[in-house]
Amino acid sequence: MTGDIVGIPWIVVLIVLPLTGGMACFLFPTISKSLGLIFALAIFTAVVGLGWQLVEQGAQRYAIGGWGASLGIDLYADGLSLLMLVTAALVGLGVSVYSGAYFSREKAKHFWPLWLLLWAALNALFLSADIFNLYVTLELLGLAAVALIALADGADALNSAMRYLLVSLLGSLFYLLGVALLYHSFGSLDIAILAQRMEPTPAVWSAVGLMSAGLLLKTALFPMHFWLPAAHACAPAPVSALLSALVVKASFYILLRLWLEVFALTDTSLGQLLGLLGATAVLWGGIQALRQTRLKLLIAYSTVAQLGYLFLAFPLGTNIAWKGACYMLLSHAIAKAAMFMAAGNILRFCGHDRIADLDRIAQRLPLTLTAFALAGVSIMGLPPSGGFIGKWLLLEASMSAGQWWWAVILILGGLLAAAYFFRVIGYAFTRAGLTHEVGVVPARMEWAALVLALAAILLGFISPAALELMGIGTPFGGERAG
Amino acid sequence: MSGVFLYALLGVGLFVLGLYALIIHAHLLRKILAINVMGTGVFLVLVALAAGNPDAPPDPVPHAMVITGIVVAVSATALALILMLKVSVATGKNHLSDSTRD
Amino acid sequence: MTDNRKTGKALRLLLVSLLCAIAAWLGYAVLGLSLSHVGLGQLVGANLEASGVSHPVTAVLLNFRGYDTLLEMGVLLVALLGVWSLGGMPDYDESSPGPVLDILSRLLIPMLMLVAGYLLWVGAHAPGGAFQAGSVLGAAGVLMMLAGWRLDSRFAGLLLRVVMVSGLGVFVMVSTAMLLIGNGFLEFSPPMAGELILLIEAVATMSIGATLAALFLGSRPAVGPDK
Repeated sequence: MTGDIVGIPWIVVLIVLPLTGGMACFLFPTISKSLGLIFALAIFTAVVGLGWQLVEQGAQRYAIGGWGASLGIDLYADGLSLLMLVTAALVGLGVSVYSGAYFSREKAKHFWPLWLLLWAALNALFLSADIFNLYVTLELLGLAAVALIALADGADALNSAMRYLLVSLLGSLFYLLGVALLYHSFGSLDIAILAQRMEPTPAVWSAVGLMSAGLLLKTALFPMHFWLPAAHACAPAPVSALLSALVVKASFYILLRLWLEVFALTDTSLGQLLGLLGATAVLWGGIQALRQTRLKLLIAYSTVAQLGYLFLAFPLGTNIAWKGACYMLLSHAIAKAAMFMAAGNILRFCGHDRIADLDRIAQRLPLTLTAFALAGVSIMGLPPSGGFIGKWLLLEASMSAGQWWWAVILILGGLLAAAYFFRVIGYAFTRAGLTHEVGVVPARMEWAALVLALAAILLGFISPAALELMGIGTPFGGERAG
Repeated sequence: MSGVFLYALLGVGLFVLGLYALIIHAHLLRKILAINVMGTGVFLVLVALAAGNPDAPPDPVPHAMVITGIVVAVSATALALILMLKVSVATGKNHLSDSTRD
Repeated sequence: MTDNRKTGKALRLLLVSLLCAIAAWLGYAVLGLSLSHVGLGQLVGANLEASGVSHPVTAVLLNFRGYDTLLEMGVLLVALLGVWSLGGMPDYDESSPGPVLDILSRLLIPMLMLVAGYLLWVGAHAPGGAFQAGSVLGAAGVLMMLAGWRLDSRFAGLLLRVVMVSGLGVFVMVSTAMLLIGNGFLEFSPPMAGELILLIEAVATMSIGATLAALFLGSRPAVGPDK
């Protein structure tokens, strides 16, 4: 480690900033709203800085404390990390703007420090190259998420927060036992070094099983999604947005890294199993979403379905399939955040979120309904949205791999999504039997949702550049023929 | 077979025993205890195997990992316990209710 | 009813056999490990000189893998924030402590503080360190609260929050300061390393002790009238 790093080590800044922000908001609760927004902007800028650095210099490795792996902990940033950081920054900024108006004074005091520490956990997780360090970030993330869910009052929220905490801890412990087995097999915790030393022993297979099971539980892949709908539906709207957009993706990211780099397991029969579970999730989540009577639960089940798409890349294992799945991840995150915010606005406006009683929302909350509809376009995968690009890439990958049945799932999933969204839109235009007391929705809450939804559409237009950024440092291996 | 493996196997046993208790028991306090038993199992595996080489002093890295793990476990348990109390005040039950579950 | 019970029993049997299979497989995997040549023990030993402390576990915790410890302080803070945001424990009876507890705590608390200080100091070259010392301090705090002591509301505002945050705060500040003076993040240069680690550990001990005691109390101490 020489001292001649050109420019600022953004990779460290991205971790220090949200940690400092969280502490500052905790120390000075009266100005936490302004502090939170300032730090959100600063973090966003730092992500741009890191992106610029990656474009100029390629993938970055940073040895914390100057020791270097295996003795120390390394941070590592490539195109995949950048994608996750950008997702977090976009959603994070949107949520920060939205939350500035959403929470009461008393709740805001708790929300801001927890949210910024959650952001710190996300950034640290996306940048870590060390499997034990990843465990610590997972726990930081999980506890912050639980505390944020519990900010919503009421028995349902507490109940789902409790279940989420137990599930989250269980998943982490499975992961940690896997870490123990890997460390005692190879004497290192660094992902790159483990990848070099990897050999298929019983201990390694156990680690594969334990770590995958733990992470899949946290990612809520069918049939381990049972905790997700209640938790995501009961949380306060901006927290729902964070959970669906970012928190479940964090454990997916670790799983992806492990399978791609450490275990090199894709396009095996285990990969087929994940693909199968993913396909079932797409259909099951879609059907359950259709059956829901409450808007937030519908959106939560839609998340179950959308998470399924991410796993369709595992049986394919080609560069283009990974890029498709990652594009789905990015566009789902942004669209789903927008959608939960829109649902939060509707809930604030009507005082309920029963789909059948959405009394002429279209006329009375036009901005919010536009946001909801635009986000729906991306979730359904219609052109020109980001969701369309992701599905298109996955479709291309499955056809060129000769595994056409995944394409059928993609199309069926899209049809189901269309069915449940048009149902909501339909009720939003019609007069309901009951009229309701109207709450006031602050303008910034409507605009935050709309801008994010527009961003999800915009992703369809900037896909060549985005896909190129994603490929920095070749996180998905070289170009392989399908 | 040395004592190292005996303790490591004991750790595996605790992990699975905790998992069983977590699934079987509905009472939240038992679930939280079960999670802690599982955690102890993992810590035991880590520390026991750290003394694997009889000719050298034990590997300090797993010890440090366990200390970090314990702090995490304490924090999580504290949050879980208060959440449990809140749940029981709000719902009058000391187990999870399944109202919104499919 | 009996059918239910029967299926319940069958399910439980299935679960037990499944878990036994998992345990057997994990046991087999553990027994297959060859442990003689792996591990970072030697590497830690070789770099111990440069770490600023002479006890290998402390060296790993505060220097080689100090970043883990930094984030772990964050976990502790998040747990506290979570507990405080839940608004505290349901009321429980505050009975006055009996004379035994009262006298015992008066005797024990100074002793516990002394032990905590010793553990903190000895951590540099023998088993001990910030977390061990912090837990003893936390125990002292718990004992004080059981004996009926409560934090004066004058200190329950900013000052208390500063103490809670200081463990993470000082760690982040020192690590970032290293970056600003031209080292790497969390890179302690050898002549100062021992002192910096002691500083971080001392503050962390207080912060951990206070946080643990606060987690035990379960609610945010009442804040006096807003200033």
